[in-house]
Amino acid sequence: MAIDMLGSPVKRTEDPRFITGKGRYLDDIKLQNMAHMAILRSPYAHANIRSIDTSAAARMPGVIRVITGADIPYNPLPMAWPAGGSSGIQNNVNTPRALATDSVKWTGEGVAAVIAETPEQAVDALDAIVVDWAPLPAVVDAEKATQPGAPQLHENAPNNVVFVWNVGDKAGTDAAIDAAEVVVRQRIVNQRLIPNPMEVRGDIGWYNPGTEEYTVWMSSQTPHIQRLLLTAFVTGIPEHKVRCISPDVGGAFGTKIFCYADMALVMFASKAIGGRPVKWVESRRESYGSTIHGRDHITYLEIAGARDGQVTGLRVKTYANLGGRLSTIGPGIPTTLYGRVLAGPYKFPNVSCEVTGVYTNTTFVDAYRGAGRPEATYVVERAMDLFAAEIGMDPAEVRRRNFLAPDQFPYDNPSGLGTAVNGEKIFIDSGNYEPAMDKALATVGYADMAAKKAEAKARGKLLGVGLSTYIEVCGVAPSKWIGAVGEGWGAAMWESANIKVHLTGKIIATVGTQPQGQGHETTYAQVIAHELGVPMEDVIVQHSDTQGTPFGYGSYGSRTSSVGMTAAVKAAAKVREKARRYAAHMLEANVEDIEVDGASYRVKGSPDKVKTIQEIAFAIDLGFSLPPDMEPYLDETAYHDTTNCTWPFGTHVAVVEIDEESGKVDLVRYVAVDDVGKKINPMIVDGQLHGGIAQGVGQALWEGAIYGDDGQLQSGSLLDYALPRASWLPNLELDETVTPSPVNPLGVKGVGEAGAIASTAAVANAVVDALRPLGIRHLDMPYTAQTVWRAIQGSKGGQA
Amino acid sequence: MSEHITFVVNGIPRELDVEPRRLLVQALREDLDLTGTHVGCDTSQCGACTVHVDGMAVKSCTMLAVQAEGSEVRTIEGLADGDTLHPLQAAFWEKHGLQCGFCTPGMIMTAADLLARNADPSDDEIRHAIDGNICRCTGYQNIVAAVREAARVIRSGGATVAAQG
Repeated sequence: MAIDMLGSPVKRTEDPRFITGKGRYLDDIKLQNMAHMAILRSPYAHANIRSIDTSAAARMPGVIRVITGADIPYNPLPMAWPAGGSSGIQNNVNTPRALATDSVKWTGEGVAAVIAETPEQAVDALDAIVVDWAPLPAVVDAEKATQPGAPQLHENAPNNVVFVWNVGDKAGTDAAIDAAEVVVRQRIVNQRLIPNPMEVRGDIGWYNPGTEEYTVWMSSQTPHIQRLLLTAFVTGIPEHKVRCISPDVGGAFGTKIFCYADMALVMFASKAIGGRPVKWVESRRESYGSTIHGRDHITYLEIAGARDGQVTGLRVKTYANLGGRLSTIGPGIPTTLYGRVLAGPYKFPNVSCEVTGVYTNTTFVDAYRGAGRPEATYVVERAMDLFAAEIGMDPAEVRRRNFLAPDQFPYDNPSGLGTAVNGEKIFIDSGNYEPAMDKALATVGYADMAAKKAEAKARGKLLGVGLSTYIEVCGVAPSKWIGAVGEGWGAAMWESANIKVHLTGKIIATVGTQPQGQGHETTYAQVIAHELGVPMEDVIVQHSDTQGTPFGYGSYGSRTSSVGMTAAVKAAAKVREKARRYAAHMLEANVEDIEVDGASYRVKGSPDKVKTIQEIAFAIDLGFSLPPDMEPYLDETAYHDTTNCTWPFGTHVAVVEIDEESGKVDLVRYVAVDDVGKKINPMIVDGQLHGGIAQGVGQALWEGAIYGDDGQLQSGSLLDYALPRASWLPNLELDETVTPSPVNPLGVKGVGEAGAIASTAAVANAVVDALRPLGIRHLDMPYTAQTVWRAIQGSKGGQA
Repeated sequence: MSEHITFVVNGIPRELDVEPRRLLVQALREDLDLTGTHVGCDTSQCGACTVHVDGMAVKSCTMLAVQAEGSEVRTIEGLADGDTLHPLQAAFWEKHGLQCGFCTPGMIMTAADLLARNADPSDDEIRHAIDGNICRCTGYQNIVAAVREAARVIRSGGATVAAQG
């Protein structure tokens, strides 16, 4: 009898290769006769290209070919998620080409490529390419870019506007705000972040002249989608002539969801040089202009309510910076994934939100861990604290008075979550917010905070405590909803799994999702082993190659467990059913009389008449004696389209101490109580929370992309962009409540983004709480010592 | 133009002809196929390329290959004793000290250097020791737990730290 590992903190099966240096990431792949590519990138944020002279570069040592945009017949990259989609909102669409041809819109846009024998020779030859630039004025701030007189990026996009998108009840919210006892208004900035997975991106393209087929290795979260987009939209090469493979992916956090220019470029380059494989790997500095950034919102929020703590309205106007051209799903992030969840866990009677998507001379912006939901959480959680401060009520108490009650689900929120055409809706299906908050408050000792503040003050420290009572939407998404509202991918969102039980009883599962460090090889195996009653080590999980795995939409949006693993559960059920039918055949019994107990299939009432799944698989796979209606091989595929998203929630509490003299902020405690539903592997779940929290804390305290007004990225390397270090973070204290998701058989909700969604607001609220005695009611992130010191000095009327 | 270098890598004498500008990390990855040592940045910030040179943790992107002439270099591939994992490797596995695994080899090599100098580090000492190694996945929490666990195992005689090159 196999030991059931579902729900256990099993050690990860993928780890042995990673801890011994045997992982195989993109840059570790070396193919015979492989050439190397380097890309010349624009030094200007905005410029026209008068001409490009590649003749000297072509004569450099080792150079095989130099390519410019004019050589490449491909279409621009697709944009697959317009704001509003079929609901009538127009989106202006300017997307990158494999290489820019006439103009560049940000520093780092590619304009030429060198293919050479070695990476060094390719980079050396870039210096010999002569581009005649005509520099243009640049604009980097989304709000300023929409104003009259601002530099215009695209002739067809007046005032640099990509879209203006509205959600919620505008009239109702306006009326609620006009009538409110208390209204608090604040401009808040959710600064631009550079995601920085530790492995940068890269691709290898190989055109096989014999078969006229392309293979593209890519550090990607979505190899199936990339094959679709590169063939159907970019290159025109038939889909069945392209194979995409993601090797081990060294972190992604959203950045590797997208269709990038370099993917098309390595395909073109390999064919251009006669079918030698061509490798391109970005450098870290290069990646800041070639891989997407995240966040970058300027928001005007207004929250209305009564002095008894009841909130009555939330009105939000946001400028979302989308960069110089649109990334694959750029417009979808600050609209559907932001505006529709702005109400958070609260029963706001009225919410309205207007989002203006804007082009600026900056790197394109798309989904970064949480993708829209951290921005929404930041807005509503800051709003709740601003409101609480205004009415002089404890922020926890304000939240308590406005939480949705457990009996209010399913809940269709007023920020348009359920708005849909054709009657297709999603809704918040479950939640119980107060117990999570109570647990977090008890753990952190919330009741004693006044005494702790006094004690800290005596040491020259300002102590602050901040809450973030978040919800998130995960497990994206029902295809019918995505299709109905026209606000999703230009495709569906189901997932797939195939399970083959081989002659020897060993099982290979192939799946359409794509791990980037989440341990899918372990957790899928836990689920399938549980479903089939076999030892975990008998299940191998394969992924990441369009050849040999069923089509899937990949891993992002915390969807793999709830959507992908449900497909695996369904495939396992089909395997069980076929095995059960064959057991009846073997044991000469009726199918209805066969009981399944783990791996054993036995005749009811006859305990000795039993076959194991391994024996059954052996017989079915051989096919010597099959019932007339049964095909050989124990091999089943299932596709799962979820009926709803999942709705994790929780309360995070941050405690900070600020040095009053220097402005330095120390995060001294962090307590997180999350409800992510049932856990397949609690160890992995905790790890996801740790990492997400660290990234969100990073935004609050240290991280931020800084552009000069000329469009130069001043935080252009890891020397200048501060990622969290080990000694900057405290030990994170995790706890849980468990409300199983009703939408999938595993009861799971997803956890990849929760930490990042919740933590930024918690730390921000803590910092502002610490500064509130000085009369400071808001401060924009990141809270570096300089920023905080200036705020403290300003509050004292000093030089800031 | 190339320079001839002779050094010992994971106990094996090696000879290479390299361009003078070749970084040690490139020589290891490209010339010796030791791709367990990773490149995560271009400013010596991330530590993914950390190896041991003559027993000390070094970011191998900060050294030219020619500077390793005559040195003993150990990489992640040379840390285990045959099939027996080094206690740090075992502890990273046991404590979920890695997710995507990209920073892991450098992180383990840095931690091995720490444990060679300090058999019983506090959490603060561990955090400071790995400050030059960036992990974007774990929030460092389980890395700290793994290093603490490895230190305990080593102190209890589970194994010795092979921090010598």
